[in-house]
Amino acid sequence: MSEKKLAIIATKGTLDWAYPPFILSSTAAALGYDVMIFFTFYGLQLLKKDLNLKVSPLGNPGMPMPMGMDKWFPVLGTAIPGMESIMTMMMKNTMKKKGVASIEDLRELCIEAEVRLVACQMTVDLFDMKQSDLLDGLEFVGAATFFEFAGDADITLYI
Amino acid sequence: MSDFDQELDARGLNCPLPILRAKKAINGLESGQVLRIIATDPGSVKDFEAFAKQTGNELMESAENGGEFTFLMKKG
Repeated sequence: MSEKKLAIIATKGTLDWAYPPFILSSTAAALGYDVMIFFTFYGLQLLKKDLNLKVSPLGNPGMPMPMGMDKWFPVLGTAIPGMESIMTMMMKNTMKKKGVASIEDLRELCIEAEVRLVACQMTVDLFDMKQSDLLDGLEFVGAATFFEFAGDADITLYI
Repeated sequence: MSDFDQELDARGLNCPLPILRAKKAINGLESGQVLRIIATDPGSVKDFEAFAKQTGNELMESAENGGEFTFLMKKG
């Protein structure tokens, strides 16, 4: 089988937005794709050794909330201090119950499958991020490296 | 149900874990050997068809019984 290529730009750093890049990459790798994820801006949070990803109900009207909480606390309620932690905890519990893999596990599966994880050097500088806080073995690159790979990719996604 | 060489219990796992575990298991098989997969994710029915088509492995059988899905995948 000729090898297909998938290129993804991951720009978001919340728990819910962490799933698409890692699910798609690990699956594509299992299907024989050669895969690169370019992590930029808040997407770099997904490369931290210690992940502390949150899901926020704030500004997210499509998010289902348990026990009719969205009826009791419309809009402003989502900004109550502590709501983010509660929602994150609930989301993680639900995911576990439903057999959804953790981000840590999916990320590990991507690494095992030799998905190329590349970090945007500009973002690292911009936010004064420490390379030592990020996974070992990452490539720190710029946009040109992304295009070198994505230029002849079969699928390119911006997430 | 036909014979199989190895079995994978993917019950309780959700997308994309059944596919990823199956891929890993198939990697360890010889060409022509058969992997039996048991899953509970309803999405896995279409996904294993798509997996077979794209990887050159053969989906020999796909069956449902009381909310459990059983697949026989022959390594290509």
